[in-house]
Amino acid sequence: MLITSPHLDAAFAALADPTRRAIVARLALGEATVMELAQPFDMSQPAISKHLKVLEIAGLISRSRDAQRRPCRLEPQVLADASGWLDHYRDVWERNFRRLDTLLDEMKRQEKKSSVPRRRAKKK
Amino acid sequence: MRNTGTLKVTTPSDREIRMVRVFDAPRSMVFDAFTKCELLKRWFGPQGFSLSVCEGEFKAGGWWRFVVRSPDGAEMGMNGQIREMSRPERLVHVESFDDYPGEALVTTTFVEDRGKTTVTINLVYESKDVRDAVVRSGMEHGAAESYDRLAEFLTSSAQATAGA
Repeated sequence: MLITSPHLDAAFAALADPTRRAIVARLALGEATVMELAQPFDMSQPAISKHLKVLEIAGLISRSRDAQRRPCRLEPQVLADASGWLDHYRDVWERNFRRLDTLLDEMKRQEKKSSVPRRRAKKK
Repeated sequence: MRNTGTLKVTTPSDREIRMVRVFDAPRSMVFDAFTKCELLKRWFGPQGFSLSVCEGEFKAGGWWRFVVRSPDGAEMGMNGQIREMSRPERLVHVESFDDYPGEALVTTTFVEDRGKTTVTINLVYESKDVRDAVVRSGMEHGAAESYDRLAEFLTSSAQATAGA
């Protein structure tokens, strides 16, 4: 089960730090380089790099290996695990099914109105 | 809301997803809502999405194609091959998505008891990886909004902590 994933413990531990939460929040808007991340935090690049390392080990972000820039990006899977993909999946479908409830209520009302004679004949 | 929390989602195995939901309507009606485009268009798809294409031959050996369109116009296509269709109790189809590989065998059963219908949808993927990839992709499609909210939450909590 995903609930017991070792990644999750690391993810929650990593997110316990406000700076790292702010980094994740920034990366939710799109990938960024260490330099871009360091700017708003008024921190040195090595300090930011340390935080990034923790997030990377937790699997929350990844850094591309290409050349100097090495932009960081969020890894949606672990975040999704952390927020419970099953819960999310259920929410999406439950909203769907509530619309279906409304539709079924309407269908029942219509059937009542047109009552017996209007029953759709089944072709055999 | 009267139906809040009534949907049960479980993972009977690591390549399956099962959903169980009770509807306050006879099963013939619920079955139609799952198999007729004019009805599917009224409810199917994530919040804010519309079912912009719904076509097919709804019968055993038949097929369907759905395209859901997001509020910003992005489209996601799905295809189904119908293996079994026994109105009003059972529907078996294989579904796949345009955007990612992997198929799911989907068995939907409709059981009626005193005017209420219990719908059970069982999805079996080829492997855990495929299941997780599909779920993840689906979430990425619909997740922009939740990420925005998450970002907002994280930023505000970071600010609150920094200000302390």
